[in-house]
Amino acid sequence: MAEALLKVYRGDEKTGKLVDYKIPVEAGMVVLDAVHYIQGYYSPDLAVRWNCKAAKCGSCSAEVNGKPSLMCKTRLDDFDLSQPIEVRPIKTFPLIKDLVTDVSWNYEVNKTIAPFKPKTENTDEWKVYQEDVDRVQEFRKCIECFLCQDVCHVLRNHDKKDLVNKKDLFAGPRFMVRLAGLEMHPMDVANRIPYIKNEAGVGYCNITKCCTEVCPEEIHITDNAIIPLKERVVDEYYDPILKMWRAITGKS
Amino acid sequence: MANLNEKLETHECDVIVIGAGGAGLRAAIEAAERGQKVAVVCKSLLGKAHTVMAEGGIAAAMGNVDPADNWQTHFKDTVKGAKYMNHWRMAQLHAQEAPDRIRELERWGAVFDRTPDGKILQRPFGGHTYRRLCHVGDRTGLEIIRTLQDKVVHTPGVEVFMECTISHLLKDGDRVCGALGYWRENGSFVLFKAKAIVLATGGIGKSFKITSNSWEYTGDGHVLAYDAGAELIDMEFVQFHPTGMVWPPGVAGLLVTEAVRGEGGILTNSQGERFMSKYDPERMELSTRDIVAKSIYQEVKEGRGSPHGGVFLDISHRGAEYIKKKLPSMYHQFKELADVDITKGPMEVGPTVHYVMGGVKVDPETCQSNVPGLFAAGEVAGGMHGANRLGGNSLSDLLVFGRRAGLGASDYVKGLSNQPKVDDTDVEKAIQEMLAPLDRSEGETPYEVHRDLQRVMQTEVGIVRTEEDLKKALTDLKEIQARAEKVKADGLRQYNPGWHLAKDIKTMAKVSEAIARCALQREESRGGHTRLDFPEYSNHWSKHNSIIRKESDGSMTVSTAPLPEMPPELKKLFEEEKH
Repeated sequence: MAEALLKVYRGDEKTGKLVDYKIPVEAGMVVLDAVHYIQGYYSPDLAVRWNCKAAKCGSCSAEVNGKPSLMCKTRLDDFDLSQPIEVRPIKTFPLIKDLVTDVSWNYEVNKTIAPFKPKTENTDEWKVYQEDVDRVQEFRKCIECFLCQDVCHVLRNHDKKDLVNKKDLFAGPRFMVRLAGLEMHPMDVANRIPYIKNEAGVGYCNITKCCTEVCPEEIHITDNAIIPLKERVVDEYYDPILKMWRAITGKS
Repeated sequence: MANLNEKLETHECDVIVIGAGGAGLRAAIEAAERGQKVAVVCKSLLGKAHTVMAEGGIAAAMGNVDPADNWQTHFKDTVKGAKYMNHWRMAQLHAQEAPDRIRELERWGAVFDRTPDGKILQRPFGGHTYRRLCHVGDRTGLEIIRTLQDKVVHTPGVEVFMECTISHLLKDGDRVCGALGYWRENGSFVLFKAKAIVLATGGIGKSFKITSNSWEYTGDGHVLAYDAGAELIDMEFVQFHPTGMVWPPGVAGLLVTEAVRGEGGILTNSQGERFMSKYDPERMELSTRDIVAKSIYQEVKEGRGSPHGGVFLDISHRGAEYIKKKLPSMYHQFKELADVDITKGPMEVGPTVHYVMGGVKVDPETCQSNVPGLFAAGEVAGGMHGANRLGGNSLSDLLVFGRRAGLGASDYVKGLSNQPKVDDTDVEKAIQEMLAPLDRSEGETPYEVHRDLQRVMQTEVGIVRTEEDLKKALTDLKEIQARAEKVKADGLRQYNPGWHLAKDIKTMAKVSEAIARCALQREESRGGHTRLDFPEYSNHWSKHNSIIRKESDGSMTVSTAPLPEMPPELKKLFEEEKH
């Protein structure tokens, strides 16, 4: 039977290091299977998050040979097994232990987003057409794996995560997708444009599209979510004609 | 016992909801909107519960595509699918209230697929007379959980405790008074004092080797309730979903949504024969899950299986564009994990443990168990789905009875005249039990015991059962239970899955015993329970539910209770059909 050498990050932020494990490779095996093998036969205390093992829940995010990936859909036979496979926790969020990071920041950001506000509270079923929800449904495919947050250099390298002062914050690609899903919902009437500009910091994105590349759901995060939101902000705040109109009339 | 001196983190609330899938979140919203202070405690991160894996849709007689549909037909389909074993009142409430729950989801921001005239689109599914499943491609569960998650986050009065596992329920006399749990992150204990508890913990699939269920499905709620004195019913009824992946080995058991068949998928054996014509010529692939699963089992057993021990499921005739639009995650799942392009050729599929129909016996109106203050909703509750659940009826069950449990718990709390009290010695005992595996200097790892448990359940309490196998299973389970008491957890308390499993394995072994005992008692074949030695329906058993109870000496006993009889006006619905 073929063997793979996994180098898995073990420990906390200070004392952690890569530890070698030899794994027998079965057909179709994914990295998460290998991690489970380690738990089952070598190190029962190896910490890892996972749930569905079917790329539906977005729990098992890690960096495999440096690439932000879902471990449940990263196959061992995609690698050259004569070389070791390195498995590290996602880097952008604080490490708890082994492959598990503290992603609670994301849940805190989500709380700051104004919820869905329907234009009518009537209890009848709404008339909404498929062509009107196609765009929104793309955004709602997001499984909150936070790989886009992990790879985004605004969060990863520049750490724009200050939720306390809400200054210099960037909500990150995940929440641009969430905001786009709300803003483009045909029945929603809340206005989140000031929030998107001032608090979510849409201006920080300089369209490197790294988030789009790692999205396991293949959401066109930059093109379909972030750029349209940037355009809405521009329309609202920087349209010269509108600006003049406001100056003259005093209306917003 | 130095660990007991640590300061115990304590929270006080009115209602604890254990589990944050569809039922738990819906219960939390309801209780909070009725003024209760609610703690939602869940083992995973918010939004990762098993509901997220539901694919095909949510059943409700909206009549958007087939205007002839109504609650009566949904009710009849559900009861027939359940082989007449469900509590009629639960099936009735479910069918009546499901459409409202869906409209409510839409008002909370859910975005379903639409009909050409702008209504919620509905697709056909096994056992449903009409096109009834509201859906979003093949990711309906994700849509539902995300909608509820965002609703809960903005509902005042709800606090969510993520990655926190409840290990023990606490009682004051007959009533519940709280629960003890631990934070997965650091292993420290946390006490919740409460007046009512809603169990919404899902199922038991992790006791089996081949399952579509995640690590969370260890039967926590079933066993927490049982240990607290609640009765469990019909635990023998375990649903084997007919279509799980069978290859490659790492993904064996992974769900292949019934929507593939709903969208026109065809099942064939190795001889190219569309074999469902032998077992259910009328409904073919859209027969109920129990029948399709047993048909596949039979084909494979008789030597007409696919190369990896399943059968073939083909949807490629619908065309690549349609498949990618309506079944996108199935397309990716097979492409990425099995190198199979389902737009070009068939999938290989076989039965996988998917759902448990049995669970905590509850009052249909309030979802309260026989323990005052203890409620249950969703998969952990029994009675709704009888001997076999129809696809799409689980998501609607979560919402209908999640809401009712939240309402029931709220009313119960309002009716209390005094606050129940937690006894410190109960808490200390529970903590000692939890810490024991870490203190042991030697012992097996819980993973070894878990592997053996899964083997026993898969082979001896599987899709077909015999008296001999079940008796052997009970003996084997006793041994596994004894081993589970002596496992050693390596490492420290910080995020230690081995330590977590040391507790879970005891829970799984106990819930497995409940399944095996009920399966041995029911001498007939019905729905998700098939006895080779009793292959037919029995008149006696058609009128009895199985009951599991914990006796005062701590032993588990199985008995029966008469099935509640349907009132004449509902019975008439079935008679009308005959004419």
